Amino acid sequence: MVQNPTVLEIVKEADGSQLKFSGRLDAKGVSEAWDRALSATEEANRLSIDASGVEYCDGAGLALLWELQRRGGGEISGLKPEIARLLQPFAEADRKGGDRRAKGSTIELIGKAGSDLVRDISEQISFLGQITVMALRMARRPRELRWNDVWTTYERAGVQALVVVGLVSFLTGLIMAFQAAPPLRQFGVDIFVVNLVALAMLRELGPIMTAIVLAGRSGSAFAAEIGTMKVNEEINALTTMGLDPVRFLVAPRVLAGVLVTPVLTIYSDLLGVGGGLFVMLARGYPAVTLWRQLTTAVGINDVMAGIIKAFAFGALVAGIGCLRGLQTKSGASAVGISTTRSVVTSIFFIVVVDAVFAVVYYAIDF
Amino acid sequence: MDQGAIIVVRGLTAAYGDQVILKDISFEVKRGEVFVILGGSGCGKSTLLKHVIGLYPLASGEVLIGGENLAGAMGADRQRILRRFGVAYQSGALFGSMTLSENVTLPIEEFTRLPTTAREVISWMKLKLVGLEDFGDHLPAEVSGGMQKRAAIARAMALDPAVLFLDEPSAGLDPVTSAELDSLILELREGLGMTFVIVTHELPSIYAVADRVIMLDKRKKGIIAEGRPQDLRDHSSDPYVRKFFRREPE
Repeated sequence: MVQNPTVLEIVKEADGSQLKFSGRLDAKGVSEAWDRALSATEEANRLSIDASGVEYCDGAGLALLWELQRRGGGEISGLKPEIARLLQPFAEADRKGGDRRAKGSTIELIGKAGSDLVRDISEQISFLGQITVMALRMARRPRELRWNDVWTTYERAGVQALVVVGLVSFLTGLIMAFQAAPPLRQFGVDIFVVNLVALAMLRELGPIMTAIVLAGRSGSAFAAEIGTMKVNEEINALTTMGLDPVRFLVAPRVLAGVLVTPVLTIYSDLLGVGGGLFVMLARGYPAVTLWRQLTTAVGINDVMAGIIKAFAFGALVAGIGCLRGLQTKSGASAVGISTTRSVVTSIFFIVVVDAVFAVVYYAIDF
Repeated sequence: MDQGAIIVVRGLTAAYGDQVILKDISFEVKRGEVFVILGGSGCGKSTLLKHVIGLYPLASGEVLIGGENLAGAMGADRQRILRRFGVAYQSGALFGSMTLSENVTLPIEEFTRLPTTAREVISWMKLKLVGLEDFGDHLPAEVSGGMQKRAAIARAMALDPAVLFLDEPSAGLDPVTSAELDSLILELREGLGMTFVIVTHELPSIYAVADRVIMLDKRKKGIIAEGRPQDLRDHSSDPYVRKFFRREPE
C-alpha cells in the first residue's frame, strides 16, 4: 500500500505565514517536519495552520499540531473531525515544564548527601541497638530463635563457601611465598618466608579474606533476599502478623554469620599457610624444618587474634546485609542498590574494624 | 475503514509440556474492531493472548498479524511485525528504574528519529490520555497499582500501533476510571482506527466497548461462544454462557 508522505508547505503572507500540511502526519514525516514547523512559529508574527490535506495523523502528528497551537499557531483549519476529536482532550491543557527530579545546586547536593549520611548512621546505630536487645533476649530465651533458619543459613554461608574460600586462601599463601622467597634468598633467610606467610595469614589475611568472600557471597544474598521481601510487602505481612522482622529474619542470619566466620577463618588459615609451605617444600626444604620454623614463629595468641576478629567480621557482614535489605525502597532497581550497598559498606567496615583491632592489639601487646 | 482481518488465528494449540491448555482455536479479528477474549478464571485467556503475541511458542497452528507470521519471522521482519502492536500487561510491567514519562518515551526514542521536544510532548499526551499527565516524573513505585496500569497502556500506545492488546486493563480500577478507559478505547478506535484485543471478564466494560467476543472454557479447552456480548447474553443456546453474561451462579 502506497502511503503519502508528510508534506509541509510554508506560505508567506502579508501579515504572517501559513503552514499547510498534507499527506500522512506520522512519526516518520513529523520527525523531518518538526524543526521547520516550529521555527516558522518563531519567525512569523501571525501564523495559521491549514490541515485540510491531512489524511492520517498519529500521536506524533497530534503532538506537532498541539505544540504549534501552544506556540501561538492560532486555529487549525480543515482538520478531519475524527482527528480534531483526538486533539480535543488537550485543548485546554498546558504541559508543565521542568523535571521534579532535576538536580539541585551543588550546595543542595552536598546538604542532601550530608543529611543522607547522618540518617544512614543513625539507622545503623538504631539497628545495632535492635540487634543487641534481640541478642540479650535470645540469650535468655533461646527457644524463641528460629534454629532451622540458623542452620540453613550456616550451611549456605559456610559449607557452600568452602571451595571459594579454600582456593583464594591457598593461592594467596602460595603467591606470597613465591614473591617473598627470592628476595629473602639473597640474604640467605628464605626460611623466614614461613614466618611471613603464617603471621600474615593468621593475624590479617585469613579473617579479612574470609569476611570479604562472606560479604560478596552471603551479605549480598541477605540484602537481596530481605530487599525482595520488602518490595513484595512480605516484611509488612510479618509485622502485621505480629512477627518482629528482626527476630524472624535478622537474628538467625546474624547468629549464623557469627558462628560460621571463625570456622571459615580457621579453614582459610590452614589452607593459606599450607599454600606457603607447599612452595617451600617445592624449593627443597624438608617438612620437619618447616614445621619447626612454623611452631616457633606463631603462638596461640596469633591464631586467637584472627579468630576473635572473625567473630566481629561475621556479625558485621551479616548485620549490614540484613540492614541494607530492610532499608530497600521499592522497585526492582532498589534491590540491586541494596545489594551493592551491602557489599560496599561491609568491605569498608571490615577494613575500619580491622584497623581498630590492630591498634587495640598493639596497645595491649596481644 | 478497511474491514479485512488484521489478526488471523488458525488451529492454535497451546501446551505447557504435555499439558494442553487450549486446543484448536481459530478466530479472526477485523481491522478497527474491539475484540474481547473472555472466560472464567483459569480458562487460558492470558495464555491465548501470550501465544498470539508470540511470547510463547505454539504447539501447533499459526497466527498471522497483518498477514504475516510472527513465529516464523526473524530480524528486521520480526521487528516490523512487533511494531504493529502494543501490549499492556496485567501487572503493568513498567520499568521500575524509569519515570512514567521515560517509560512512555523509551519506544519513541528507540524507534523514531523525533526530536527531544516532540518525544516529550508525545509522552505527555499519552499520559494525559490516561489521566496521568501530572505524574510523568514519578517512578512506577511511587504511584498506585491502577495508575501503573494506566501508564502501561500509555506506553503500549506510544508508537500508535495498529493493534493494542490489553490484558485485564480495568481489573483493580475504580468504576469511574474504568469507564473513562472504555471511552478512551472507543475514541482511539474512532480517531486512529486502532484495533483492540482485550482480555477481561469485567462485564460492564465488555458491554460498553466490545464489538465481538470469544468465550473460552476450561473444560472444552476452546471457544464455546462467539458473537456480540448482548446477543450471547440474550440468545446463546448454551446456558453456561447466558449465565456468565448475566452474572448468575451456576
